Amino acid sequence: MHELSVCQALIEQLITIVAENQARSVHHIKVCNGPLSGVDSHFLKQAFTVARLGTVAEHAELSIDREPIQVRCSVCGQEGGATANSLVCPHCGDWRTEVLSGDALLLVSVELS
Amino acid sequence: MCDSCGCVLTSEPVSIDGHHGAAPGQRELSILHGILADNNHAAQHNREHFNLHNVLAINLMSAPGSGKTALLEATIDAFAGQYNITVVVGDLATENDANRLRRHGVQAVQINTGNTCHLDAAVVHHALHDIALEPIDILFIENVGNLVCPAAYDLGQHFNVVLLSVVEGDDKPAKYPVMFRSADLVLLTKSDLLPHLPGFDPSAAEENVRRLANAAPTVLLSVVTGEGMTHWCAQLTTWLAARGKKGTP
Ligand SMILES: Nc1nc2c(ncn2[C@@H]2O[C@H](COP(=O)(O)OP(=O)(O)O)[C@@H](O)[C@H]2O)c(=O)[nH]1
Ligand SMILES: [Mg+2]
Ligand SMILES: [Zn+2]
Ligand SMILES: [Zn+2]
Repeated sequence: MHELSVCQALIEQLITIVAENQARSVHHIKVCNGPLSGVDSHFLKQAFTVARLGTVAEHAELSIDREPIQVRCSVCGQEGGATANSLVCPHCGDWRTEVLSGDALLLVSVELS
Repeated sequence: MCDSCGCVLTSEPVSIDGHHGAAPGQRELSILHGILADNNHAAQHNREHFNLHNVLAINLMSAPGSGKTALLEATIDAFAGQYNITVVVGDLATENDANRLRRHGVQAVQINTGNTCHLDAAVVHHALHDIALEPIDILFIENVGNLVCPAAYDLGQHFNVVLLSVVEGDDKPAKYPVMFRSADLVLLTKSDLLPHLPGFDPSAAEENVRRLANAAPTVLLSVVTGEGMTHWCAQLTTWLAARGKKGTP
């Protein structure tokens, strides 16, 4: 499970943000995660409860928004939803699509004090 | 933080709907920064090293035991005297793979990842310090055997090659979509065992890769019969030629 490594990267960013903003600690963190990021939201939350200990985010609450998958078809040109293991066009069924969203793993916002 | 990855860092308080408003003394900042941006920066840095020395870097990924090291042994033998091959190999605990590869006459640097189930760009960068890149034509990075975690970490490679041995089943691309979506080439390894595995349909494996909107070729390969080795070596030669490398005849 690499979610702990991901949390450590997240904590590094929080430390920088707290320092740059002359804040003391982080209260709330909002993350956006897509099914194609390769990171599991459930494990990420679990790992965060460990990774935050003894850091500026020790008491921070983590909320994770799920980024839905959207694809654009290169054959019929239409856009639509898809699932992680079937990124085919929902309109014409062709597999030649481009992923528009669903692979993000972003720190969206933080609440500092 | 930086300009190169489009990250935005503002100290202006912003209000975000749907969340309890910031209490007095608290500020809410909009960040929008990739959580793995640091890894991606380090990977880009590795890629610049590879490009500077004109090294073709290939990240080999698969489940444990799909035949990554065996493929490298066969590849080294096939290209002996033609191209300079070097391997960086990740493993949780042992030096076994590096030793196997050294017996084929190449430089192999072992990275022991301990409890970490994947390589990241920083550990690869660290391993590069032990290597003179200039004479190298192909740097193979044998990732830790794992179909999940390595997929999230760019190492700075030019191409991802994912191995799926026929004993694992043709549905693995559907079960590990992030990994197989990242593949530039999928090798269906241990093809010599197909006669014993009537349930494995190579065209179903290919279909499952296509459903990930991935055009990567799927090639049957066996180091026992040599099936697919010509195709694999030709692919490497094409990638090398695109970098202006012809090899020593
Ligand atoms: N039958 C058969 N066995 C193979 C083939 N390639 C690898 N193996 C065997 O599969 C096992 C695991 O191979 P290894 O290269 O160590 O896999 P890795 O963990 O992906 O590096 C070893 O016992 C190999 O001998 C193949 O093409 N055919
Ligand atoms: Mg190996
Ligand atoms: Zn379409
Ligand atoms: Zn950045």
